[in-house]
Amino acid sequence: MPGRPEDGLAGLALGLNRAADTGTERAACFHCGEPCADHSFATAAKVFCCQGCLVVHELLAESGLGQFYDLSRHPGVRIRREARREQWAYLDEPALQQRLLDFTDGKVSRVTFKIPSIHCVACVWLLENLFRLNPGVGKSQVNFPRREVALSFAREQISLSELVALLASIGYEPQLTLDELEKAKPDAGSKRRWLQVGVAGFAFGNIMLLSIPRYLGLDSFSGPMFRVLFGYLSLALAAPVVIYSASDYWRAAVLSVRQRVLTLDVPIAAGLAALYAQSAFEVVSGRGEGYLDSLAGLVFFLLCGRVFQQKTHDRLVFDRDYKCFFPLSVRRKTGSGEESVALSNLCVGDHLLLRNGELIPADGRLVSGAAVIDYSFVTGESEPVAKQAGEHLYAGGQQIGGLIEVETVKAVSQSYLTSLWNHEAFAKEREGNLNTLTNRYSRRFTRLVIGVALAAALFWMLSGEAGRGLKAFTSVLIVACPCALALAAPFALGTGQRLLARGQVFLKNALVLEQMAQVEAIVFDKTGTLTVSRAEGVTVAAGELSAPQAGWVWALARQSMHPHSARIAEWLGQSSGTRAKDGTIEPRLLTSSPTVEGFVETAGCGIEGTVQGHELRLGSRAWLEQCEVRVPELWKSDEGSAVYVAIDGKCRGAFALGNALRPEMGRLLKELGQEYEIALLSGDNERERARFRDLFGAGARLRFNQSPMEKLEFIRGLQNSGKRVMMVGDGLNDAGALKQSDVGVAVVEQVGAFSPASDVIMAAEAVPRLFALLALARRTTRIVRWGFGISALYNVVGISIAAAGVLSPLVCAVLMPLSSVSVVLFACGAVSWAAKQLRISDFGFQIPT
Amino acid sequence: MSVILILILASLVVALTFLLAFIWAVRSGQFEDTCTPGMRVLGEDRRQESGLRGHPPLDERGLPGAERK
Repeated sequence: MPGRPEDGLAGLALGLNRAADTGTERAACFHCGEPCADHSFATAAKVFCCQGCLVVHELLAESGLGQFYDLSRHPGVRIRREARREQWAYLDEPALQQRLLDFTDGKVSRVTFKIPSIHCVACVWLLENLFRLNPGVGKSQVNFPRREVALSFAREQISLSELVALLASIGYEPQLTLDELEKAKPDAGSKRRWLQVGVAGFAFGNIMLLSIPRYLGLDSFSGPMFRVLFGYLSLALAAPVVIYSASDYWRAAVLSVRQRVLTLDVPIAAGLAALYAQSAFEVVSGRGEGYLDSLAGLVFFLLCGRVFQQKTHDRLVFDRDYKCFFPLSVRRKTGSGEESVALSNLCVGDHLLLRNGELIPADGRLVSGAAVIDYSFVTGESEPVAKQAGEHLYAGGQQIGGLIEVETVKAVSQSYLTSLWNHEAFAKEREGNLNTLTNRYSRRFTRLVIGVALAAALFWMLSGEAGRGLKAFTSVLIVACPCALALAAPFALGTGQRLLARGQVFLKNALVLEQMAQVEAIVFDKTGTLTVSRAEGVTVAAGELSAPQAGWVWALARQSMHPHSARIAEWLGQSSGTRAKDGTIEPRLLTSSPTVEGFVETAGCGIEGTVQGHELRLGSRAWLEQCEVRVPELWKSDEGSAVYVAIDGKCRGAFALGNALRPEMGRLLKELGQEYEIALLSGDNERERARFRDLFGAGARLRFNQSPMEKLEFIRGLQNSGKRVMMVGDGLNDAGALKQSDVGVAVVEQVGAFSPASDVIMAAEAVPRLFALLALARRTTRIVRWGFGISALYNVVGISIAAAGVLSPLVCAVLMPLSSVSVVLFACGAVSWAAKQLRISDFGFQIPT
Repeated sequence: MSVILILILASLVVALTFLLAFIWAVRSGQFEDTCTPGMRVLGEDRRQESGLRGHPPLDERGLPGAERK
């Protein structure tokens, strides 16, 4: 019988408060650097934030890998998802292994994993010393820019599933996505590009050396023989440049001419052709030495520019590319029970068992169970639909409720699942954005340049200086660089997008940034967006639970994805052990979860289940009374939501879930209120109107008791009055409104959650920075405009000088890539500087997990 | 002065050799990852602990996980 207050649930709360009182500053976890709630996980000198970090630390210390902590500060990765052993079991299937492994000869196998949590030198070191953790692992090699590790292992000593489990246990869980299973080949083009640059550089350098006598006017000294010889040598050296190094430009130019679309490759190719032809003519006829140095130089600098572009693009792509959230494996019913099976191994006719919150991976027919499907991922409809046995269920829907059995009628379409985010249903009509602007300018520009080149050539030829005419023609073609136009937007927006991602804000694509810059009104949702839906704010309103009882409640609450249950579970899971009288901390009581049988979640009411023989209920007062549990009068509470706990039919206590505001909301709303029109739309009741009136200020509109439809209508109303609207909400319930708005922002507690109806997915920690983010978006678009301006200026000046026939093609060859590089550097640099000034990623460099 | 001819041709041959070496390096994949080797150097073992080496132990067949202390 729980007697002392210290024993009960209230005791847990007391313990937590005491810990908070004694330590004013939260220590940083030695392993991962995140703040520690208390000192419950500690060794002699180090503190850790959770059991996971402590375990990894001990593992590394035992295996002699302590140097890990010397290489970087807090290099560890916090393990957020508890890995279940069975999760990887399907990796041992031979058919799957064949596709996943790079190589195997029966004894030694080699596999390449993509591990997004690689982020520093220490990670590289640890993964390359993986063999010290397990004798079955051999050599491993990390490719840092690609975040990949190539491992070889002995199949007899460690299986693939164990290998993956090992990696997950130290925080480096491989990203096994469907894309990976389709075996994307590494980029074969990069080798070719390096070779092209090498050949061009070789030729460029040598031709310039051979041209030195000409530059220095040493013709008469060296005699005519050398001039002829050097001419032919230069021609020979330039040939591979034109044929091999510039081959991409020929191909692109031919393609664009065939499709009757003028791209920027056409003037470049024309310029190259003109240069080579002219030079060949001059050398063979003995009239001069041509412009082979310019030709080789031009190609070399162009290719250098392209390599640079490719590298930046690769970095952008990785940070942006986190498409696949869909569960890779599902549970399939077999004759004797269940098994975990990979999505790609599903056949038509398989019976799948889907739990609460799981996504339906393939179209199917409901066989049994109470199915309540939320199709918000697919259609944006936030109202879950109840389905009867025999009804059809579509892939992408999410089950809310208990376990259901689904028979697949269509094969899994991986492309369908992973393309939901950029799916047409979520595409918004946009006009007049920078992308279309760039395209229009490029086309006009190319025509203009060719026109000017021809006109200049004609002019000079008619005035009798044919040589100058040709020089003008090629110079104009070469010096004109619309590349800057095409580079300014992608690089500036791409850099902005990447910096935002570092600050835990993920954009659907770079154009969203542009939309964000034009936002004039911001609409907020309340629950989960402005208020916190995590463990803070959970208090024990009444009653007490003994420690084992708390463990049962925790086990039950964990089964459900409902925000209330999740909060309670998290709070219980985080609480420290009870403090004994002498101040020592007892080991955590809640590490292992007892099994729960008969779990049933009644939507909107509560959850129930049997844990270790005891019948537990967790839910609202009304529901408990419906289930014939008497709820004592003095346990009614007014503030916030109350969740009551009943064990074996008797009400034991209640949790009060306060609606705590996120930190810094007051400041944020004040800042936003000055520049934008802000409004609040909440599905909750009017209880907190006064409090939010204070926060939002007098001018803002506050609406409560809003249904999803009403929210959508409100946004439409704002749009009709000519404003661009940004909606900030939680992805699941506000899907319709998010879709309607010009920019839909979904706030998630863990970045793994996925809302296709939104344009932006923002981690909860990033919400206080909303004002800075919008400022960055505005600045970025301004920077793009400046980039256009710089490029235009350069072109006007360059073309006018070139048309006068004064500029040598070599100078143009240097100027042209220089202009591209300068625009790119300006775009990237200015955006980075703006982000730094606005302190976008002030919480440091964190990898999304 | 005609010796310059020979010298120029010789230098071109030398330059060509270097180009071939570059081509070989690219084709053997040395340019695939120019970032990680730099990081790898930072993580080298400075301690000389007995039994622990910087490379995984391989037995005669070249398989990992052979002699372990």
